Amino acid sequence: MINLQPYENPQYFIYLLVALLPLVIGLYFGKRYKWYEAAISLLFLFFIFDADKWKQGVTLIAYIIYQFAVTFAYQHYRQKTGKANKTWIFCTFVVLAILPLAAVKIWPVVPHKAGIDIGFLGISYLTFKTVQVVMELRDGTIKKVDPITYMRFLLFFPTISSGPIDRYRRFAKDCDKAPEREAYIKDLGLAVKYLFQGFLYKFILGWLFGTYWLPYLEAQAIIAGKGMPLHLSWWVLGVMYCYSMYLFFDFAGYSLFAVSISYFMGIHTPMNFNKPFAAHNIKEFWNRWHMTLSFWFRDFIFMRFTFFAMKKRLIKNRVRLSQIAYIVNFMVMAVWHGITWYYMVYGLYHAFAIIINDIWLRYKKKHKLVKHNKFTEAVAIFVTFNVVCLSFLIFSGFLDNLWFNVPLGK
Amino acid sequence: MDIQKQIVDILADVTGEDFSDKMDQELYESGIMDSMATVQMLLTLQETFDITVPVSEFNRDDWNTPNKLVEQVKKLQDEE
Repeated sequence: MINLQPYENPQYFIYLLVALLPLVIGLYFGKRYKWYEAAISLLFLFFIFDADKWKQGVTLIAYIIYQFAVTFAYQHYRQKTGKANKTWIFCTFVVLAILPLAAVKIWPVVPHKAGIDIGFLGISYLTFKTVQVVMELRDGTIKKVDPITYMRFLLFFPTISSGPIDRYRRFAKDCDKAPEREAYIKDLGLAVKYLFQGFLYKFILGWLFGTYWLPYLEAQAIIAGKGMPLHLSWWVLGVMYCYSMYLFFDFAGYSLFAVSISYFMGIHTPMNFNKPFAAHNIKEFWNRWHMTLSFWFRDFIFMRFTFFAMKKRLIKNRVRLSQIAYIVNFMVMAVWHGITWYYMVYGLYHAFAIIINDIWLRYKKKHKLVKHNKFTEAVAIFVTFNVVCLSFLIFSGFLDNLWFNVPLGK
Repeated sequence: MDIQKQIVDILADVTGEDFSDKMDQELYESGIMDSMATVQMLLTLQETFDITVPVSEFNRDDWNTPNKLVEQVKKLQDEE
């Protein structure tokens, strides 16, 4: 039986582009063939979750029914009560929306029978979407969720596995209309460009760093680490840079594919990366790296937390409040990545990096001691790059392997 | 007091800058405002004008100049 994982190999793109062709022609002539779009979406979803992945498919269907019940029950409450908008009811619905994902994250650390898997590909990214809709219903920025649009939003197959994370209102604006021809031609140009950039990133550079060089460097680092303090050798530095490059090219490549295919379909899925390694500081880095995720965390965790704490006057000092909010923000992100020591350390590391960054920015503003020039700029980019690469070494889990799994004969 | 004057006062409070003669100054790209300043501003707007502000799905493009802030507050007041 055919099973096609999104963007896994070049053949996938041939099937996909052939299937998209009628839709592209339609959009070019100002028509959006919604039934055709629904048919190919379901077909490609089917190919992700068929054959040996059928259990994931069943879980996905159950998950969608559950999330529909949660969202529309909350919408019913909000429409019925109008201005009354109880916080505890809102919190209950957010918890309900997060519950399946939380279960999937906790599952690996609780004892269970081997071979039973409760998640499915894309559950994290679907949860970002459903939680976002519940929060917007609370804020009143979404008054009414259209069930068909909501279904298309959740199951939009180009982004279902790993984002980028779109927003409901932005998606709804695009998904019913056909763009103007001139705008669509521009979109097609970008779609082709992103597609080829994606090939270069994911299948060439990502492959070189991740498949060709990384295993060699890791093996060398493990051999050279024997008998060294903390098993550290210069090879670890090689692993660090190589993994960082792999992570960027692999994920940025995937994201470019997702954006490219969206553009072919006349949907402006937001970009995920904007030259992250050119960032001058950690704060700027998070505005350039995995942007749809970091903006989601900024808007739905950081902003909400600080707003709540400020309103309730929980923490008076604004600087202290922002520091606590950073720790909350990055620790939630860490738990989302998974419950392991290295994700927790990664979260704390970034929280403290951004706190130190803020202290420095305030100090610089107050004392006006550093003149901005090409040299200071280069130093800033260099320091930021290395701080980030070290965080990715932690994130990669290689240290876990190096420190705790070596005797097992790797 | 008119809305424009009140918003200039709130921004002066949050950022330490006077925008009365630069009502079209961009606030985010230029680094004048960040998330913390935004939250403080939104909270003050909520309390001053008795409106419900969108905390999360706050589209920066709609709120990125003093003039746009005035516009958004008027719109939210109409909705109440």
